[in-house]
Amino acid sequence: MNDKVIGKLKILADAAKYDVSCSSSGGKRKNENKGLGNAEGMGICHSYTEDGRCVSLLKILLTNFCIYDCAYCVTRKSNDVQRTAFTVQEVVDLTINFYRRNYIEGLFLSSGIFKDADYTMERLVRVAKKLRQEEKFNGYIHLKTIPGASDELIKEAGLYADRLSVNIELPSEKSLQSLAPEKNYSEILLPMGSIKDQLVQAKEESRLFKATPKFAPAGQSTQLIVGATAESDRQILQLSDQLYKVYNLKRVYYSGYVPVSTDSRLSIITEPPIIRENRIYQADWLMRFYGFDVKEILDDANPNLDLDIDPKLGWALRNRYFFPVEINTADYEMILRVPGIGVKSAKKIISARRFAPLHFDHLRQMGVVLKRAKYFITCQTKSLQRQDFDSEQLRRRILFGEGSVRSALLTQQLDLFQRAG
Amino acid sequence: MYFYTYDGSFEGLLTVVFEAYERKAWPTAIEPEQLAQPSMFGETVRVITDEGKANRVWLGLKKRLSVSALESLYYTYLWEQSGFERLIFDYTRLVFDSPESVEGNYTAPFILQVQQIQKQVHREKHRMEAFVRFQKTADGLYYASISPDFNVLPLIVRHFEKRYADQRWAIYDTSRRYGVYYDLRATSFVQLENPGVTPRQQSKLNADQYDENETHYQMLWQVYFDHVNIPERKNPKLHLRHIPKRYWKYLSEKQPRLQ
Ligand code: SF4
Repeated sequence: MNDKVIGKLKILADAAKYDVSCSSSGGKRKNENKGLGNAEGMGICHSYTEDGRCVSLLKILLTNFCIYDCAYCVTRKSNDVQRTAFTVQEVVDLTINFYRRNYIEGLFLSSGIFKDADYTMERLVRVAKKLRQEEKFNGYIHLKTIPGASDELIKEAGLYADRLSVNIELPSEKSLQSLAPEKNYSEILLPMGSIKDQLVQAKEESRLFKATPKFAPAGQSTQLIVGATAESDRQILQLSDQLYKVYNLKRVYYSGYVPVSTDSRLSIITEPPIIRENRIYQADWLMRFYGFDVKEILDDANPNLDLDIDPKLGWALRNRYFFPVEINTADYEMILRVPGIGVKSAKKIISARRFAPLHFDHLRQMGVVLKRAKYFITCQTKSLQRQDFDSEQLRRRILFGEGSVRSALLTQQLDLFQRAG
Repeated sequence: MYFYTYDGSFEGLLTVVFEAYERKAWPTAIEPEQLAQPSMFGETVRVITDEGKANRVWLGLKKRLSVSALESLYYTYLWEQSGFERLIFDYTRLVFDSPESVEGNYTAPFILQVQQIQKQVHREKHRMEAFVRFQKTADGLYYASISPDFNVLPLIVRHFEKRYADQRWAIYDTSRRYGVYYDLRATSFVQLENPGVTPRQQSKLNADQYDENETHYQMLWQVYFDHVNIPERKNPKLHLRHIPKRYWKYLSEKQPRLQ
């Protein structure tokens, strides 16, 4: 064992950490060959970084040599950093040995572009192939596709990987042109489209033939950088909405820009926009699990999310005529729209009210948080709170009114961030 | 007043339910034999575990409850906190005495409590699946010790079996003094005497028992952990919420840095 690997790991973990996707869920790979690993079901966070993010995968670059010069990226050609590269075997050994000790769910491998796109992509594929075929590894593998890589290589990658991602990074073509001049939207969207087609095709074939080889069973994802360029939250979420609808993406990740670069092409920020990033995740969550349309969350009059309150509360304050909601009779969908009531609480309410009419005490015992909800609900037509505040009064009351509401909001928002992770 | 004692097993507890119905004598208290205090009042019923009777109770429950509700009763048993026997008894009785399903009736206090216990135990189970760190020994065994808040070892076996089918591994619960050992063919519960795990391994392995590369990989993991962190986003409160301090002892990344 040599110390060289330690040195490489430092550099190549460092360079990979700004890609925030770390999920290992949605896998369907079972351990059927009495081999190593199992990637069924929900991924596990085996640790948490000191910034509170889930550590689930060994997330590294194969190399941080790069021929491109994207302004927002630490690995860009013009940046003065130490360069190095793992060998295929080194990545395989690290993955297997970490996995055997229950440190990780699998590997998330990305790379700077070494020589050219195909040359690099071919090596990523080789790592995955070796893990699957030689090591009988059934853990989770997420491969980043290299912009410009050939269709055949991407297709091959999908045979071994559980998830593929194509990072868009910048939320508009214009930003892309100014910050990553070597890239363009059509080139990025092309592989995304072909992965989608492959996914659809594999699904259809597997309906006909049982033995169809799997293609990226956990689907594809992408990442958007927030705060490096001037796009509004509305532009960002509209783009995500399209990506979910048109490209069937499993996840869009948002990465609050960490100022790793003093490149003059960038907006000048000193701190990563963490709260904004959380609000965007919350809104994304509302679109995917709470039945909200992007148009309900943001519109011409409100192009950006309110940083002080979560987007569901924001929506409720703009749409007071839906409230109060009667807990004993309202539809599940409507209960879900009550600020402060999440999926779990809503389900419990629906279940319990079949047995007895619910009072506020029942809700408290079930763990439903009423701090915000109480302004928006009734239990058997009774309310806990005067309902005649106007929206601005209500907003102030919730934010500053009752003691610790503010910090409760903060905790809640971090909760959501975690669930999104 | 009836005081029931049993041998501490889940089957024993189900036998208590059977006996109580048989006698129509509802328990004032249910306690494991070795803990039971002789009572001056009332009658003490010493229940002998009977698999046949336990099975009949279980089958009766199975007819009336979903898999998840059955699981919540077993989880309540593994929860081990004082009063769990009573809770399981009351729940069971309500199930048998109600003409309709009682599941999801969170307006009944002990149904809600059993559901909350299920959640707690499940969370501990999940944490153990996440935080177990195997150390490889010189003879190729992957070993980990745990001391979970609740008795979750039986619940995590399946998870590790599926995952580590091609390596020998053992997980030992140091506070309850038993473990599981997988020998590439099957998994068995082991006590300290078992040859698979020697008494010295009951808590931590010594470095001299390690495989030659073990320290190296622990070090690499620490290096990795340090370098995925983004210092600009530091958030100690959130970090602690996810990994409360009492779990740090399991985690090599939370130990002093190896040289
Ligand atoms: S191509 Fe990728 S690695 Fe290279 S500079 Fe651009 S973003 Fe960074």
